[in-house]
Amino acid sequence: MIDPIILLFLSSGLFLGWALGANDAANVFGTAVGTRMVSWRNAAIICSIFVILGAVISGAGTSQTLGKLGAITALPGAFMTALSAGFSVFVMTKSGLPVSTSQAIVGAIIGWNFFSTQATDTSTLAKILSTWIICPLLAAVIAIVILKISKYFGRKMNLSLIRLDAYKRIALIFAGALGAYSLGANNIANVIGVFIPAQPLAELKIGSFSFSSTQQLFLLGGLAIALGVCTYSKKVMLTVGSDLGQLSSTSALVAVISHSIVLFLFASQGLEALLSRYGLPTIPLVPVSSSQAVVGAIVGISILQGITAVKWNVLGKIIVGWIVTPIFAGIVCFIGLFFLQNVFSLSVI
Amino acid sequence: MFENFSLFKRTSELESKIDQFFEKLAEASVIYRLAVRGYLREGASEEFKERLDTVGELETQADSLRRDIEQKLYKNILIPDSRGDVLGLIETADDVLTLFQSSLWALYIEKPTIHDQFSNGFKRLTNMVIKAVDELALSCHAFFRNPHAVPAHNSKVTLYEKEADKISSELKVKIFESKIKLVEKLHLRDFVNGIDGIADHAEDVADRLSIYAIKRLT
Repeated sequence: MIDPIILLFLSSGLFLGWALGANDAANVFGTAVGTRMVSWRNAAIICSIFVILGAVISGAGTSQTLGKLGAITALPGAFMTALSAGFSVFVMTKSGLPVSTSQAIVGAIIGWNFFSTQATDTSTLAKILSTWIICPLLAAVIAIVILKISKYFGRKMNLSLIRLDAYKRIALIFAGALGAYSLGANNIANVIGVFIPAQPLAELKIGSFSFSSTQQLFLLGGLAIALGVCTYSKKVMLTVGSDLGQLSSTSALVAVISHSIVLFLFASQGLEALLSRYGLPTIPLVPVSSSQAVVGAIVGISILQGITAVKWNVLGKIIVGWIVTPIFAGIVCFIGLFFLQNVFSLSVI
Repeated sequence: MFENFSLFKRTSELESKIDQFFEKLAEASVIYRLAVRGYLREGASEEFKERLDTVGELETQADSLRRDIEQKLYKNILIPDSRGDVLGLIETADDVLTLFQSSLWALYIEKPTIHDQFSNGFKRLTNMVIKAVDELALSCHAFFRNPHAVPAHNSKVTLYEKEADKISSELKVKIFESKIKLVEKLHLRDFVNGIDGIADHAEDVADRLSIYAIKRLT
């Protein structure tokens, strides 16, 4: 049984997980549900299962990177870091900026570093910052490649419209499952990454199996994301929608696959090990923005289809988000930590 | 193995129904041509009535296929951006069959006297209309399997429609320059317009099809 006080401290991270599940599930299953190809219930079940699997099986890589940026060993400090990231996401969303949980949590950790007067690992920070730019660019390139390949094979195979459609429907379900797995693997660090160094949970033994604090946190985080998917994603998928809503089914499928691949690339420890074994440059394991990966993929598809009118205001908002979100989260975290330490007399460092 | 999955089973069923629908259209066009030629030869004979009934049966079967296809599309198959186009295509193509049937019914009920001097003109007009419809049926098939071929088929539909317009104008001039009664002239003009109208409609369907094909190719 988890101590209620620990659960209270974890609540800010679990709230972040809930918000992530509620919002980002639309990037994964929005098209399939919006087109009524898959019922929302089935999509939520598939999405929840694969998010949890992704978080538990492949979530360690990105969490370690966040740990290197700032090892928050005090639970109240981790609580405030996650809370300020969540608060920043809420405020930025209200202001209409395309905000990313990944960017908010990085800003909040740096805020904690400032407060605790610990030096920020600049090489890790540089690695993280570079992925913010690389992520949408890579998504665009992958989308272009996939679209080119699919068009080539589409012509070669000469499938009938009806059969092609059936294949698309199945592909959307597989892409959704892969997307959910990648989302869990990549973004779990945003949800519980800051709590890992504090090791708040005791080892759990069930029969001959034992679960470490980190494994339990991954599971809890995964469950929080799944809860967000099950309780609130329907509204987001059907009413708010996503950028995918206005695309043709092929483009939407390509965007979902590209997004899933990008998130997976930035989370796969196996791939990192494989690349380093052959002396190749590795892909940093960093939590990236799911929505910005989708936007990148859509831009790639638009370029390939000759739609030259790039929405500069959208691009500008994303760049403003890159700068404003982490700074805002950092300031909020700094002030919050000050209050926790001086008003509630809690140890945050 | 994959055919055992219910989605693939439903997909095969739908493919087969769409193929059957366009086969009915092609079949009706052959019978229509034979019926008009028969009427020109021997008027509203027993054989003509049989052919009229056959076209009527084909139209009924096509209607039932159309309803079935629509239900299947709306129930559980096809992503909406393709669904709307397929429905639009099937519905407008179905109107061609209705036009065949109504044209033959008009001949059977009104029994216009087509003098020998106009017989060749009616034959040529019917042939051209049938060519336009046959090419349309090929274009519809191509839309589902090879959308790149649609523009080539549609160009031929347009060409045959223009040719049908030319023949119908020449025929109407010939009718109104002839010595027959004015009432007969007006009666025959309506039939020329009725037959030519089928090619006009085929061209309208082809125009829609061009847009749908562009959407599929982009």
